[in-house]
Amino acid sequence: MVDIQTIRDDGYTVLKIQGEVDASSSIQLDEALAELIAAQPPAILVDCTGLQYISSAGLGVFMSYIEELDSKQIKMVLFGLSDKVRHVFDILGLDQLLQLVDSQEEAKALLT
Amino acid sequence: MSAKSIIRIALALAILAWLAMVATDMVVIFDLRNPVNMGIEPQVPNIFFVIYVLAVFVFYKYRIGAAQSDNFIDLLWKIFITGLLTTIVSLALTGVDVVLGGTHLISHPLVVDVLYLIRLGLLLAFAISTFVVWKRLILYQKSKLLLRGWMVFEYLLLATLLSIFVPFDFTRYLFFVVLPFAVVLSGNMKWVAFLSFKQKWKSLLLLVLTLLYLIYFYVNISEIRGTHPYLQVPGNMQFVLSLLVFTALYAVFSLLVILFNLPTSSVFEQKLEEVVNFQRLSQSVQTEQSESQIYNILLNSAVRATQADAAWIEVKINDKEKMFRHHIGSETIMNIKNYFKNSKGNDPFIFDHPERPVRHARSLRKLRGVPFASMVVFPLVMSGEQTGLIVLLKELREGFNRDLIDIAQTFVNQACISVEGFRLMAEALATERYKEELKIAQRVQRQLLPAALHGGPDFEIAAFSQAADEVGGDYYDTFQINEHQTALIIGDVSGKGTSAAFHMSQMRGIFHGLAQMNLPPEEFLLRANRAISSGLDKTSFITISYYVIDSAARQVTFARAGHCPTLYYNYETGKASYFTNKGLGLGMVRNKQYKNYIQSRTFSYKPGDILLLYTDGITEARNRQGEEFGYERLLKLVEKHAGLPAHDIRQQLIDALYEFCGHRELDDDYTVIIVKFK
Repeated sequence: MVDIQTIRDDGYTVLKIQGEVDASSSIQLDEALAELIAAQPPAILVDCTGLQYISSAGLGVFMSYIEELDSKQIKMVLFGLSDKVRHVFDILGLDQLLQLVDSQEEAKALLT
Repeated sequence: MSAKSIIRIALALAILAWLAMVATDMVVIFDLRNPVNMGIEPQVPNIFFVIYVLAVFVFYKYRIGAAQSDNFIDLLWKIFITGLLTTIVSLALTGVDVVLGGTHLISHPLVVDVLYLIRLGLLLAFAISTFVVWKRLILYQKSKLLLRGWMVFEYLLLATLLSIFVPFDFTRYLFFVVLPFAVVLSGNMKWVAFLSFKQKWKSLLLLVLTLLYLIYFYVNISEIRGTHPYLQVPGNMQFVLSLLVFTALYAVFSLLVILFNLPTSSVFEQKLEEVVNFQRLSQSVQTEQSESQIYNILLNSAVRATQADAAWIEVKINDKEKMFRHHIGSETIMNIKNYFKNSKGNDPFIFDHPERPVRHARSLRKLRGVPFASMVVFPLVMSGEQTGLIVLLKELREGFNRDLIDIAQTFVNQACISVEGFRLMAEALATERYKEELKIAQRVQRQLLPAALHGGPDFEIAAFSQAADEVGGDYYDTFQINEHQTALIIGDVSGKGTSAAFHMSQMRGIFHGLAQMNLPPEEFLLRANRAISSGLDKTSFITISYYVIDSAARQVTFARAGHCPTLYYNYETGKASYFTNKGLGLGMVRNKQYKNYIQSRTFSYKPGDILLLYTDGITEARNRQGEEFGYERLLKLVEKHAGLPAHDIRQQLIDALYEFCGHRELDDDYTVIIVKFK
């Protein structure tokens, strides 16, 4: 059960994820990200404020785009992760590969 | 007695009765013309006449009446053959008459009598066979009332037949009772409706011939009786007349009904065909037909039902556009579609509200180069989604009236239901196959986990692993590197089903291959990452923790590849804590950079210390309120039961976990390994 919204703003696009990303809903996340990246925005902010749970399949989706984002020089920053969700990213080591910050302001600051 | 023997006996009886009738009648005639009295009453030939009639009736009743087939043409054909044979014989007799005409022999009363009785016998046989067939036709789809009426009619005929033995003459009046029955019963013509157009023509021909035979016989016999008055006996002419009137009446009625039915028969036939086609559509799901076959049936049925000149179906099957065409080329289809695309107004091939199936009818009159003048388009709607369309075309202007469109719509709806059913069935089959696959994967996976773990000289080890209903991706194993070194691994493969089991088996191979090389844990992870990355799809990864326990140095060195942090219990302080060395899942960075993301760690152990390895199924297990078991609860549990042997700690953990969840079924796989140092 996940709701994903894409909000386009000046210079960056916000991907707002709400709900739980499990094995089945990770497909939606994958589709949203693929579509977003295909549009080649300069930066992507992922709003995880409403993200309650993410399974390894969901983490796999983020992981799978890291290389592509690098090669296309698109910056991606995740913000607003709850402690629990953040912990899942940390354990897996994804915090070493992705930029995770607390707020949207911090995320925007990273872009400039 | 079997029907066959009854037929034989009846035939023999009829022949004997006829012979006896001839013999006795000759005697009677001889008596009449000569003063000698042979002592035979004139009634005696009549008795044989009655026996003959009854025997012939039984014969045909069993021969024709018992046949089960409802093939009306067959029945009519049988009468026709009987009529033909009897007529040929009768004509042959006439031929003999003509050739030998005027000779003394042929005009002798006894010879005349024999020839007359042959003709009478033939006429009766033919009339009775016709009677039996008419009975079947009249009683086709009978009602109770009709059956009763028929019984009365048969008894009346029998009464007429037997009336010759009654001294007073009321047969004349009986005829007037029989006649209305014959007329009313002749009104039953249900069988005509079931004849096809062609069959109706055949029936007409056969009925006309039957009528001609009847007339010929009657005229023939009346003529002979007229010229030879001594032939009054035997025979019950009232009965013969009743029989002939009835058979002729029904033949005439049938003839007229068929004649009047001819123009409408094509409509009836069409309706019948619609029903049959409809049935085929409904049944196509049950038999193993492909979706394409259902569309082909729909195309043919719709074309025939609406008498369209051409048609096509466009539909998506497994996300591929497919086209089924009937008497129309792709070029013409393109022409028509382009015409509407470029013209003003709504495109009939686009349905704005596919959830509501609304058909589009259009005129093609203004479209040059295409032989069609009218068109109707139906959307194919399955599970509330439009998956295609069917287009019917006619050369006539306004060729599709409301009735035809409604019929076609019914076919379209039924076809959609059939396809939907077909797809559901295919899906169910696929699910079944998937379940089988899972079972195999489960079996493979169980075999991948070790039956027993290697304890060491100074530690004991206990493990427990449970997969959720699907195939799990948890893996653990031990390997004795040398006398004092033991390798220990715990891992979790992302993804589920066969691919997870497959990656797990790869991981096992890598573990057993690399462990014996006695590599430092960091190096182990680096090599394992390189080995496993090429085989993983881009969203999959594996988390592991790799430990080397050195009993000589009483030290553990380990590295973590994104796996849950290890819990360590210190006996001296009585406190447990999680190691926080950094790590990254295998397959997440698929190059040499990987080594920058991991960190190995070494610690010394003392007796009573505990190492707890687990997978996220434990910490993420939820209770009914949605609360997670969590790290803190696990830590406290270990602290609480640290004094117990490894096996008992394991049991305490499992019990606590189940108690927390409130049930024994967990949503995820979970594994726990306890190493307790001595």
